[in-house]
Amino acid sequence: MASNIIKGNSMWKYTLIRLRRNYLAVAGFVVIALLILVAVFAERIAPYGYSDQDYMMIRKSPSAAHWLGTDEFGRDVLSRLIYGSRISLQVGFIAVSISLVIGGAIGAVAGYFGGKTDNILMRIMDVQLAIPTILLAIVISSALGPGLFNLMVAVGITHIPNFARLMRASVLSVKGMEFIEAARAMGATHKRIILMYIMPNSIAPVIVQATLSVANAILFAATLSFLGLGIQPPYPEWGGMLSAARPYLRGNSYLSIFPGLAIMITIVALNCIGDGLRDALDPKQKR
Amino acid sequence: MPDLTNNAPLLDIRDLAVQFNTDSGVVHAVNGLNLSIHRGKSLGLVGETGAGKTTTALALLRLIQSPPGEIKSGSMFFDGTDVLKMTETELRSMRGGRIAMIFQDPMTSLNPIMTIEEQIVEMISLHSGLRGNEVTTRAREMMTLVGIRPERGRDYPHQFSGGMRQRVGIAIALACEPALLIADEPTTALDVTIQAQVVDLIRNLQKVVNTSLLLITHDLGIVAEICDDVAIMYAGRLVEYAPLRPLYKRPMHPYTQGLFNAVPSLDSEPGGRLTVIQGLMPDPTDLPQGCGFSPRCPAAQDICRSVACGMKEYEPGHFVDCYFPNHAWEV
Repeated sequence: MASNIIKGNSMWKYTLIRLRRNYLAVAGFVVIALLILVAVFAERIAPYGYSDQDYMMIRKSPSAAHWLGTDEFGRDVLSRLIYGSRISLQVGFIAVSISLVIGGAIGAVAGYFGGKTDNILMRIMDVQLAIPTILLAIVISSALGPGLFNLMVAVGITHIPNFARLMRASVLSVKGMEFIEAARAMGATHKRIILMYIMPNSIAPVIVQATLSVANAILFAATLSFLGLGIQPPYPEWGGMLSAARPYLRGNSYLSIFPGLAIMITIVALNCIGDGLRDALDPKQKR
Repeated sequence: MPDLTNNAPLLDIRDLAVQFNTDSGVVHAVNGLNLSIHRGKSLGLVGETGAGKTTTALALLRLIQSPPGEIKSGSMFFDGTDVLKMTETELRSMRGGRIAMIFQDPMTSLNPIMTIEEQIVEMISLHSGLRGNEVTTRAREMMTLVGIRPERGRDYPHQFSGGMRQRVGIAIALACEPALLIADEPTTALDVTIQAQVVDLIRNLQKVVNTSLLLITHDLGIVAEICDDVAIMYAGRLVEYAPLRPLYKRPMHPYTQGLFNAVPSLDSEPGGRLTVIQGLMPDPTDLPQGCGFSPRCPAAQDICRSVACGMKEYEPGHFVDCYFPNHAWEV
């Protein structure tokens, strides 16, 4: 319908305008954009290959030749971080998108329809929550086999209940408002009410949760890689580098500091974006 | 209630009962309500909080949450079709298209993240056959009709005052020229001056669009301004039904009389006290036997407490559910 296009345009346009005024969010976007560029052009940027070993340079501190030092196999940490950004960003974004979309849909449907639907869906979520996440992820990824995509699916599925619960709670608070009743009295279909009235009004906390979850997903993927179920060495990945650096925490702390910083910068940037988005999606913030 | 005229009414509610099954018992919100509205006419449904006015309106649109709500019995014929037998698709095209509703609180009844033009457009594209630019044109027309400059269509609800928002609500409700407009306490949340404007607007547009009106309110003044007929509701049923003039001239049911006594008028003595109806509405989970008003009624006799009277026509067109109408209140 033509009216839908107009609707979509104006809402996103205003969101964008409001987002541009939020310097922190803009900074976050710039950082994430840079990280994506780095990931895309990793081969050109990285000074060394991710698995090039130099046995004369084992666990050396940062120097002119190796800006961020070398690891226990004499591999350049900077190069590994650059290559690692590919995996970590993909896992972070795609895994969270999987849980956001599926969990959000389940939560919205459960919250909106209530009653039996709610009970059945949320009890399934409870059952999943009762299984330790790490165990569930291990089961899923060992069933699917190692590999990047399977890793993302495993991480995504394990985080579905968190999003479902949050979305449901948020939907419940919006559902009671009079404009929902007004929409029903207007003759709108359930689908339309959920998509046009409930979702946009209840998505804010879920978006913030999503940006926070990206960090979790990156670390969770690292845990799985550590167990041999995710990314196979020698391909680098931030979480994996972090856990590999643990024995050298005392003598060569830079080995864990730099991957840690990389994760931290990503997450701070995402949080800034998340915060900005939350404000920008609310038209009352419009100045 | 018998037909007051020969032609079939637009809306004919018969013996409607709505209850809510809650943990603390069954709440009898509407008990055997009879109500009819004729084409182009306006009916004021008056009663205090909890009398079941809004429940009746929501039941008519089949918007009672179920569970806990339940339409226990009755029939609601709208334009010849029983609303209770409609399919979900039929209901959806009736809601908004044939029966539209104006809500009590304009602060919360508009979607905060859609511009007001989008919300009017939403209604139009749901129910009229219009497409593309025609929809927008119609939306602008509606805005002009209710006195909002079309340029403001791109603003969000929070940028409007309460009165302006209620105008938006009216524009949305009337956009598809419904046969019946339900206004659920449309002025309760507004300032007195704005109330007058909104009342005028509803009255004028009702003529322009030629729609019937069901005005739900507890404000007898507004009813007097707009309505042709008045129905007084108490504890889930009608206690008095009459055309406007006879009812205001001679309220017969003790409850109606009590309502009028509770309204300050220009004739009342300075420093004089208003008469209060003693007691509270009966607990809807435990309604009294017989007449629902009997526990508070100064005229109540033994018979009132065992069997309700039922509607009786005391004057032509003036129906009262009371054995002893015209009981004089001690002031």
